[in-house]
Amino acid sequence: MEWTSLDTWIVVAGALSAAACALLGNFLIMRRLSMMGDAISHAVLPGLAVGFLLTGSRGGPTLFLGAAIVGVLTALFTEWVLHFGQVEQSASMGVVFTTLFAIGLILIVRAADKVDLDPGCVLYGAIELVPLDTMDIRGWAVPRAVLTLGSVFLLDLAFVLLFYKELRISAFDPELATALGFNAHLLHYLLMTFVAITTVASFESVGSILVIAMLIVPGATASLLTERLHTLLLASVAIAVLSAVAGHAAAITVPGWWGYSDTTTAGGMAVVAGLLFTLAFFFAPRHGIASKFLHRARLSIHITRQDILGLLFRLEEMPSLETRTMSPALLRKVLGAGAMLRWLSLRGLLRAGLVRLDGGGYRLTSTGREEARSLIRSHRLWESYLYQHLHLPADHLHGSAERLEHVTDPVLQRRLSERVERPEIDPHGKRIPS
Amino acid sequence: MGVMKPISEARQEQGVTESVRVATGSEHPRTSPLSIHDMTVAYHRRPVLWDIDFDAPEGKLIGIIGPNGAGKSTLVKAVLDLVPKASGRVLIYGKPYRLHRHLVGYVPQRESVDWDFPVNALDVVAMGRYGQIGWCLPVTRPHRDAALAALERVGMADLARRQISQLSGGQQQRVFLARALAQDARIYFMDEPLAGVDAATEAAVIRILQDLRSGGKTVFVVHHDLQTVQEYFDTLILLNMRIVATGPTSEVFTRDNLQKTYGGRLTLLEEAAEAMARKGKDE
Repeated sequence: MEWTSLDTWIVVAGALSAAACALLGNFLIMRRLSMMGDAISHAVLPGLAVGFLLTGSRGGPTLFLGAAIVGVLTALFTEWVLHFGQVEQSASMGVVFTTLFAIGLILIVRAADKVDLDPGCVLYGAIELVPLDTMDIRGWAVPRAVLTLGSVFLLDLAFVLLFYKELRISAFDPELATALGFNAHLLHYLLMTFVAITTVASFESVGSILVIAMLIVPGATASLLTERLHTLLLASVAIAVLSAVAGHAAAITVPGWWGYSDTTTAGGMAVVAGLLFTLAFFFAPRHGIASKFLHRARLSIHITRQDILGLLFRLEEMPSLETRTMSPALLRKVLGAGAMLRWLSLRGLLRAGLVRLDGGGYRLTSTGREEARSLIRSHRLWESYLYQHLHLPADHLHGSAERLEHVTDPVLQRRLSERVERPEIDPHGKRIPS
Repeated sequence: MGVMKPISEARQEQGVTESVRVATGSEHPRTSPLSIHDMTVAYHRRPVLWDIDFDAPEGKLIGIIGPNGAGKSTLVKAVLDLVPKASGRVLIYGKPYRLHRHLVGYVPQRESVDWDFPVNALDVVAMGRYGQIGWCLPVTRPHRDAALAALERVGMADLARRQISQLSGGQQQRVFLARALAQDARIYFMDEPLAGVDAATEAAVIRILQDLRSGGKTVFVVHHDLQTVQEYFDTLILLNMRIVATGPTSEVFTRDNLQKTYGGRLTLLEEAAEAMARKGKDE
């Protein structure tokens, strides 16, 4: 494959359109209006068609005006159907946008006889053709679509920066926003207008299907990665741009590996965006599945390690036994943890120098004994506390104390000890190590 | 109970509408924090609130109580121009809400927002300052400091940077209260600020409400727990689509008025009776 200036312009157009969509899409997601992107991107079709029939051209302000009007109408109709029809929001959107979309299709099919507007093009876009239609700007041949998309992106950016605070409050708490004088309805329709304009600008390059993907997927991915609004917006735009670059690169290289010719860039972009979402879904720091699994695994290992220390300490306490080591077979029997968990925990203990191997058995090192002593102290203090203050019967103490000992830090241990008046022995008559 | 009986009997003779007039007075003083005149609110042409006529005394904790569907939240929302009024007039310190919105603080129901929203506690409290900041201007340092001070007042300063989904229900409610404090208003409307919170939060909220009252603020609280009504509120609005009774708690919190407000819901009435009996013993 060879990267030419054509590829650069394609990527620039794709990135601008994806970034513009992603920026506004965040607010749709946060307002639980993800479907609204879908609705508007379909519903602007009649606006496009009418604008097209009036002017006979595929660009220009009339088209944007038509789209903006229909965008606001979609939001308005949806609200009416919701209010008067008393159906749920997504149903009401479904009714409105399919109807408008159908009207748009009929208009386009009628218009297509006279003018050059291809329904397929509206759906899939023609980003590969972007570099062919250029305009001369100070000696530079800049694709017309890049200029349009660049302007729209800057417009969206200015809108979000200027109304950042207002968009945030009206998305989080529309009632308070309205009560404070920031009319949430007004902001809603303003947002819908910008979504409509962005959608129309993106149609030509990426098509309506990809517009939906770019409105929602980068924002959804970013929401898995961050918990503040401004980082969310930045992350979603970065993801959108990455999808565009990687999407185009993939579209012109990956099919070649199997001897096929290039596939569509728009398709590549959507697939990459989907892959990025999948990655975030599994590996996001806090919300990812893998991270949650890892966290849980670490916790299990931590608990098992402490349990092993406790067992070895109790073994040392038994005066009748000569040996201070525990054989692997015995450990397996009394610990009751899975083999993998046991192996990981033991390896950790050996590495940390808390336990050592001695003649085929495990025994505590002096640092290990210190840690185990503190653990057993917590355990027996808890038993005393549960017995004294919560009046649990003596044979019900162990299980609860067993769970509590793992989450007891030194401060808690000290206060616990004060609360039970520093006893020497626990309710079972065992010595509480100091 | 014995002290209240004659009053409730007197009220019964006057009838419901009569008692409203007696409690509110016929003219609406300009200085009243909130005066509602002949307000009716309807959803889908079905009236939710009828003929609401009310003048609030200044510097009181005012409880709004009534059964589910009585229109308690709607009353608050209608005052704040959040739902359209079919008829009637509402004045906040003598002027319509839209001219005096800076005098009004609002705590919506906790369930009314999405707590997974990507903001931290301080961001939410700072929203209380947006009205003062105005359109299109950023949240500047002094406003952030005011928000932090409000968080401090509800005992949440150390959780300012915590994402709101990681707060407990009680902590979320405190954040909402701090946001209203940050509004620095003269009259507050709180929709069920004590619903589903822990005992520590309830005590903290009540302490702050009492602070506000000592500062001369007027606080309206939609409340559901009849057991604590007498303890918390100076003045009551008993609501069931109409105002059943309103006035000082000691006068209007009677078995008779509750019967009219709650209708046949006996368990609630028994609870209230129990509370009243207990109160009688305390005195």
